[in-house]
Amino acid sequence: MPSVIPADSVGLVTPQTLHFDIPLALSCGRVLESYDLVIETYGTLNADASNAVLICHALSGHHHAAGFHSMEDKKPGWWDSAIGPGKVIDTNRFFVVALNNLGGCHGSTGPVSINPASGEPFGPEFPIVTVADWVNSQARLADRLGIRQWAAVVGGSLGGMQALQWSIAYPERLRHCVVIAAAPKLSAQNIAFNEVARQAISKDPNFHHGRYYAEQVVPKTGLALARMVGHITYLSDDGMREKFGREMRSGKLSFDFNPQFEVESYLQYQGERFSTAFDANSYLLMTKALDYFDPAAEHGDDLSAALSHARCRFLLVAFTTDWRFSPERSREIVDALVAAGKPVAYAEIESAHGHDAFLIPSPRYMDIFGAYMNRILATLPSNEGRA
Amino acid sequence: MRADLEIIQQWIKPGARVLDLGCGDGELLAHLAGAKQVEGYGLEIDPDNITACIETGVNVIEQDIDDGLTSIRDHSFDTVVMTQALQTMHRPDQIVDEMLRIGRESIVTFPNFAHWRARFYLAFRGRMPVSKFLPYTWYNTPNIHFCTFDDFERLCVERNIEILERTVVDHTLRDRWWIRLWPNMLGEIAIYRITRQLR
Repeated sequence: MPSVIPADSVGLVTPQTLHFDIPLALSCGRVLESYDLVIETYGTLNADASNAVLICHALSGHHHAAGFHSMEDKKPGWWDSAIGPGKVIDTNRFFVVALNNLGGCHGSTGPVSINPASGEPFGPEFPIVTVADWVNSQARLADRLGIRQWAAVVGGSLGGMQALQWSIAYPERLRHCVVIAAAPKLSAQNIAFNEVARQAISKDPNFHHGRYYAEQVVPKTGLALARMVGHITYLSDDGMREKFGREMRSGKLSFDFNPQFEVESYLQYQGERFSTAFDANSYLLMTKALDYFDPAAEHGDDLSAALSHARCRFLLVAFTTDWRFSPERSREIVDALVAAGKPVAYAEIESAHGHDAFLIPSPRYMDIFGAYMNRILATLPSNEGRA
Repeated sequence: MRADLEIIQQWIKPGARVLDLGCGDGELLAHLAGAKQVEGYGLEIDPDNITACIETGVNVIEQDIDDGLTSIRDHSFDTVVMTQALQTMHRPDQIVDEMLRIGRESIVTFPNFAHWRARFYLAFRGRMPVSKFLPYTWYNTPNIHFCTFDDFERLCVERNIEILERTVVDHTLRDRWWIRLWPNMLGEIAIYRITRQLR
């Protein structure tokens, strides 16, 4: 809990809910007649609306990317390390927009929302949404906010995939695309881990085919298991060794099946905490959006062809011990961009933190990210012509 | 601009696609982008250089050239440049082959180990040459594959590589008339423009 708000924090922030009435056609063929998007904004939009940055969230993220909702908050927003006055995404200079994606469980229309057709929560009836659908909804959000062109669309992991999709779907509407710890599509191994997570949820006796809201229960066990397996893929072998090693809570073997190693109780704690804070149906949707993302598929599996209409500049960042989306996966995107003749910079950051490294402000990562964001500021259209 | 880069930039056509292997702080690419509308990419491994490239908007890709260039497509560049790095490669011959696979032409520069000062050092002091230009001792030098101009030109003959242009400069990276009298003795750095010979 912050007794004092740090000087480099955006401070106390309040989410807004924006309602959209124009139906949104989804990739699955269904239509969302109307929907809400919950957003937070930090900083001020400049006169020519050229300093706007969109933050796209990852699997379990949401609109609360920076600052605090109240003085009682234990933690700031999920990317507070990068967003704030004087930080790499400098809210003194940029107007930053973060949202909760459709299908999420933090206020935007999703499985927990009431389906106007039935008067009950959507639950399993909520359509499968894709990265492309999210980006379409984000484009409408930009329209609503009066942002014709983003200075940058920025995201890590699944958020990076949205940024990449922006460059393909709306080439005129962003000048820079920052893709961190992402991949151009999931591997069989990635999908396999997602399937284990989905099975854990759907096999929970409290899941009730996704209609658990009516039963006044939640599939906590399944969701916790899903998070535990996910969490393992976010860390690296080195990172886990460093953090937990074979440390035991009691110092000796107890010869029973209670958690003894620190890593066991850590994972159980993470799973338990997540299972009370996230919706199981949303988790299923998010993992499906990951599985389905494959922008090259429509172009004969040629990623370079998929990116051939992009008009923005790109920054790609990957982390050495990330095995969920390894540096090689980022390199696939970089190589496709080079082949397509698109401007791109790529850095591979040494880190022991695995996939989670994209949320951790290590010095070199922040140097690269900051240098790129500064370059964006230096080349804002409203700065052109200034010496 | 560094004097050797000044010579190199004259050899690159406006609007060309250029790959700079070991692009440093991006000086050449930044210049070419501004003066010749060149679409350039640089590979680099030094963190400070990479940040410097990003600050100036140079397309820099963090990659160790010694790990291979297989991810880059055949003939996808007009010119592939490598300045002062050939002698640091594990397999300079393979790198030259790769450069000519990726690019129609290549420009390489490297120090001449047969320069009179190096010969003098080795002949009379009996020790590996150390100079202001090559300040390393044998055990910590990144320069693991020194060659002479004559060695390089022999490699070109063996590999069917055509030398399109050659400029030999002194340690200030300037072209001097007297170097041309005996380049392999008097020249310190050579700048070659090469291409794959058609058979």
